[in-house]
Amino acid sequence: MKILVCISNVPDTTSKINFTDNSTKFDTNGVQFVINPNDEFGLTRAMWFKEKQGATVHVATVGGANTEPTIRKALAIGADEAIRVNAEPTDGFFVAQQLAEVVKNGGYDLVIAGRESIDYNGGMVPGIMATILDMNFINTCVNLEIDGDKVTAIREIDGGKETLSTSLPLVIGGQKGLVEESDLRIPNMRGIMMARQKKLNVVEPIDANAKTIDEKFEKPAPKGAVKLVSADNIDELINLLHNEAKVI
Amino acid sequence: MSVLVYTESENGKFKKNAFEVASYAYEVAQLLGTTVTAISFNASNNEILGDYGVAKVLNVSNDTLKTFNAKAYAHAITEAAEKEGAKVVIVSSSTDTKYLAPIVSAKLKAGYVPNVVTAPESASPFTVKRTAFSNKGFAHTEISTDIKIVGVSNNAFGIHEHKTTAAVETFSPTITDADFTTKSVEVDKVVGKATIADAEVVVSGGRGLKGPENWGMIEELADVLGAATACSKPVSDLGWRPHGEHVGQTGKPVASNLYIAIGISGAIQHLAGVSSSKVKVVINTDPEAPFFKAADYGIVGDAFEVVPKLIEKLKEFKAQNA
Repeated sequence: MKILVCISNVPDTTSKINFTDNSTKFDTNGVQFVINPNDEFGLTRAMWFKEKQGATVHVATVGGANTEPTIRKALAIGADEAIRVNAEPTDGFFVAQQLAEVVKNGGYDLVIAGRESIDYNGGMVPGIMATILDMNFINTCVNLEIDGDKVTAIREIDGGKETLSTSLPLVIGGQKGLVEESDLRIPNMRGIMMARQKKLNVVEPIDANAKTIDEKFEKPAPKGAVKLVSADNIDELINLLHNEAKVI
Repeated sequence: MSVLVYTESENGKFKKNAFEVASYAYEVAQLLGTTVTAISFNASNNEILGDYGVAKVLNVSNDTLKTFNAKAYAHAITEAAEKEGAKVVIVSSSTDTKYLAPIVSAKLKAGYVPNVVTAPESASPFTVKRTAFSNKGFAHTEISTDIKIVGVSNNAFGIHEHKTTAAVETFSPTITDADFTTKSVEVDKVVGKATIADAEVVVSGGRGLKGPENWGMIEELADVLGAATACSKPVSDLGWRPHGEHVGQTGKPVASNLYIAIGISGAIQHLAGVSSSKVKVVINTDPEAPFFKAADYGIVGDAFEVVPKLIEKLKEFKAQNA
């Protein structure tokens, strides 16, 4: 089985968000970039398939040379090869088209992408990619078992879970649950050294257009101070929620 | 040309978000000088959509579509959009819709913007405001394609009545076996309880509750308020509550009218997940907990003393205001 894990290079979850260039660009100053957490769960699940079922695991990202430390980390965790599509990721549709081309050229049986990136939160890359490629697709996937070309997966739904059956080739939009947080891998020294020897193929993008443009960004308006209510005066809290906030 | 809206239903009845997206579609149709057509699946009360400004309903009546199937539903919505010459397709932000909308986007080669929080800011260029960076920012995004898909954030726009009469038509898209290569085997869902996705009130617990055995009071408070229950990331990591209740940057976003956080200190990732909620109440023993800076109302106190009192007082309040 040949697996491609799609990696998005995103600001660390604790990053403070600021904008620059007259609020038209994300301010990367002082921001640490990491593997998108939803992709990291998928990468670890792919490692499981590699170790237990002898799969080959490649990782791919769409981005400039600045994304290479992130993709090298994926190699250090255990991926066999990496592909970087040398283009700025302008929107989800553009990224999906680039990654679909990587899948087409690589002949992958399983493509694992995060259900969404934690920066632009579009959540569209796996679904658009699967549709372009005419591959089966399961989103918000929290469990994945593969036997030959038969697939059993569990996806999160509003208020519960749904078990699905399908077959390879398959694209999934994955998230926490594919593996537990405690199972996520941290690259060790040997992995980091080995990653330096692994292939990182840089490919040029195909001709594709973004379909949306982020014209401007803004931060939420600053909030007023909290109104503290005494623990002995619950009636006051109910009064505020009913008469002031009008939410009960 | 029309505006097409996908109105979700369950067991033949429309979900609350169907009325919200219909209300939103009406606003877009007014802006574009056109009318709203809805597509529904096996719904029995289609006429009600007329109350929210829908002029025509395409009802798909097909037993194979009784259970949600992303590919088949996306196929039907695409066919409806083509039949109606829809320039804008409006959908919700439910988990199911976020599954199917990218498929529709690829089929129609249409720009799709999810998590939209206001009516379009302009029709030409077609620009919407959406959340980004896990609710830590907003983007004003232009959709540059001929057909546009807008995913409306839950509870962001609200439900607005615009009484009209909806003409209901049966619609039979060409669904084939190729649309069912992914099949539902089993659905395990809590029935009759509000879900985080569409709840107007969410009651959430953190590590301050000390253990899963103490969740009874969280559930009781949620029952009194008709709320959904949720939790912080450490709580789901510890296995005290299922992952589906984990609220935050890598969990579920909450866009409720009221979010009550009990024993949650308010890590930046958690705050990102709840910032779309309109009113936030925090109950925590630590007056320095970061969540107090993001909250509207707060009580510094022990959850084990405050929550039972709150339940009792809310029951009295509900009885008086019933």
